[in-house]
Amino acid sequence: MSLSETSQRLEVVGTGPTRRVVLTVGGGLGLAAFLAACGVSGGGGTSGGAGSGKGTIRALVMKQAGYSEADIRKMTGSFQAANPDIKVTLDFVAYEALHDKTVAAAPAGTYDVVLIDVIWPAEFGTKKIIADVSSKWPASWKEQMLGGAIATPQYQSHFYGVPWILDTKYLFFNAAHLAKAKVDASQLDTWDGVLKAARALKTNGVTKYPLVWSWQQAEALICDYATLLGAFGGTFLDGSGKPAFQNGGGVQALEFMHQSITDGLTNPTSTQSLEEDVRRVFSAGQASMAMNWTYMFGMANDPKESQVSGHVEVLQTPSGPGGRPGVNGSMALALSAESKNQDAAWKYITYLTGQPVQNKFALSSLPVWKSSYDDPEVVKTNPAVVKQAKKQLADLILRPQVKNYNAISQVLQTEIQNALLGKKPAQQALNDAADKTAPLLAT
Amino acid sequence: MSATGVATAPRKKRGRRASGGKGEARFAFLLLLPAALVVFGVVLYPVARTFVISLFAVDSPLPGSYAFVGLSNYTRVFHDPAFYSVLGNTLYFTLVSTGAELALGIAVALLLNAPLRARWFWRSLVVLPWALPTIVNGALWRWIYNGQYGALNGLLGALHVSSTPVQWLGSPFLALNMVIFADVWKNTSIVVFFILAGLQTIPADLYESARIDGASAWAAFWRLTLPLLAPSIAVVLVLRTIEAFKVFDIIYVMTGGGPASGTQTVAFYTYLQAFSNQLFGYGAALAYLIVLAVFGLAMVYLRMLRQGQMAGVE
Repeated sequence: MSLSETSQRLEVVGTGPTRRVVLTVGGGLGLAAFLAACGVSGGGGTSGGAGSGKGTIRALVMKQAGYSEADIRKMTGSFQAANPDIKVTLDFVAYEALHDKTVAAAPAGTYDVVLIDVIWPAEFGTKKIIADVSSKWPASWKEQMLGGAIATPQYQSHFYGVPWILDTKYLFFNAAHLAKAKVDASQLDTWDGVLKAARALKTNGVTKYPLVWSWQQAEALICDYATLLGAFGGTFLDGSGKPAFQNGGGVQALEFMHQSITDGLTNPTSTQSLEEDVRRVFSAGQASMAMNWTYMFGMANDPKESQVSGHVEVLQTPSGPGGRPGVNGSMALALSAESKNQDAAWKYITYLTGQPVQNKFALSSLPVWKSSYDDPEVVKTNPAVVKQAKKQLADLILRPQVKNYNAISQVLQTEIQNALLGKKPAQQALNDAADKTAPLLAT
Repeated sequence: MSATGVATAPRKKRGRRASGGKGEARFAFLLLLPAALVVFGVVLYPVARTFVISLFAVDSPLPGSYAFVGLSNYTRVFHDPAFYSVLGNTLYFTLVSTGAELALGIAVALLLNAPLRARWFWRSLVVLPWALPTIVNGALWRWIYNGQYGALNGLLGALHVSSTPVQWLGSPFLALNMVIFADVWKNTSIVVFFILAGLQTIPADLYESARIDGASAWAAFWRLTLPLLAPSIAVVLVLRTIEAFKVFDIIYVMTGGGPASGTQTVAFYTYLQAFSNQLFGYGAALAYLIVLAVFGLAMVYLRMLRQGQMAGVE
């Protein structure tokens, strides 16, 4: 073949039919893509199923507060030993990723079991991301579980899971710091007393910023605000489901938070901190008082994790003019509506939420079962917290149980931070939040 | 060669092309098919699907019947005050980070192009920040900036510059700038390498001629180096502008969009709407607007590049 023939053959393949082929294939695929993508309706409803009660199930859980990764692996190991026909694959994510991963994985039915926060049953339940398990709930559970636990997976009298992590925030304090500043711990019974104690600690040079909080723009901020909102006698919503946080106690709570920053009592890093940041600062002895979940007591008293171990004590949250409700920060294990192996998944859920397992791991998270609090073995694991929990868990405040909770929470987070950073007065920030959330609540 | 021969030869060739072309076209089609299917699956279908979703009021990840709303998700974007706020943050982020990366990138590339000792070592060192995953980079800078125990305040204290810890991520505007700094630290590397590659294509004798003609180093840079680097600069500008406009992961790790939503960008806001709030239709409309904006930017740059090349040819 001559050089000119070769170049002509290359020309045939290189410019003529190839371009046509590319255009035909590309155009055809483009059209096919558009047609295939057209229409967003599908089968409707869920395609999950009971399954054989055996095989592999996959669970999405949290690597943060509550039970540790090691705890969950141990529980799962013992479940698998008792149920050799079921294998459990665990995926751990941070709390901040838990909601979005559950949503993203829902269509594929990736997970059989998902851990849900108390604020999600309304959203996940109505959108059929998680299964309604009301019919699986034995009537006895409603008698045997604590009220705050029962409310956790519940929305409009339906149950969308089984409570697993029963938690609320407590006030932790460094007893050695208080002694140094000659502050009596009984002073911490009220929020006014906490501020007085903080001033004494600051004046005596014990800690530059006696208080540290998780006030980063995240759900953690709403948890702390909810506690104070309740203490100052406010509510998130009124009886008709409209915003009410911009009135009375809601405003006073935010003013209290802002004032503690401007008075130099709250560590300014609080507006960038989550619960783990709070634990680190407190455990390093750089704060004397902090609100956090149950898990902090064990870790702050662990010499491997803390420089203040042995000095950490815990109290019920202080009272204000409206009482002392703790925020309901509980979580539940739910069945994914798309799970093809729901029977096996339900066995796993009932095992993990069962009283024997919960009693065994009570140091990380207190059981949801009433009688556990009278069990000496449980009390022994965490006597200080159990003593406070008996009082605190009887009085919990729920964040709004509404379908659009996340969008409402995002608005509140931004406006509360605007007030904390001094960009808006508390009243204006909350009025703005109320204006923005009212349409979200109406839909 | 006779005139007839010249006239008939192409006809014969056309005949061969027609008969052999069909088989070759089929062969080419088969060769292209796997790649086309991959493109279909991972690019065309999601792009088309996202557009379709943007026309419906989709508020769940699961299949179901959703109301057709036409372009109202798009019009809603322009009536959303939060969108303008995050758009402002995004434009500021894009402008400042890309500008800083380009300026620093050119400066470092000029330095690395000079006859340095152990030049290979310095060049390897420059690639390190870029080699770090963005998530790791974000986590690293979040620790450095921490107002309580961060290394930056520690350094300032040790140097007696400031004894009062600065809350680097504590106010919206400062936090946005600190995130930009972290982004610049990581991404200047890639700019350096593009510019360095461009510098190495400039013949040394051009500088020699300029020197003989009496041009100062500064004049040589402005009149010689910079114009000849224009294609490299255009390419790197396209890449970095698009990446900066789409910024998400470093924001997610460093600030979570706070404080007071001061570091939320369009991509981050889109994510919140789509996944946290399950407004998939609205999120899809936002995503399409990002794509259009990025496409527009790329077109402007590529046109500038083409004009630059044409001018160079002339």
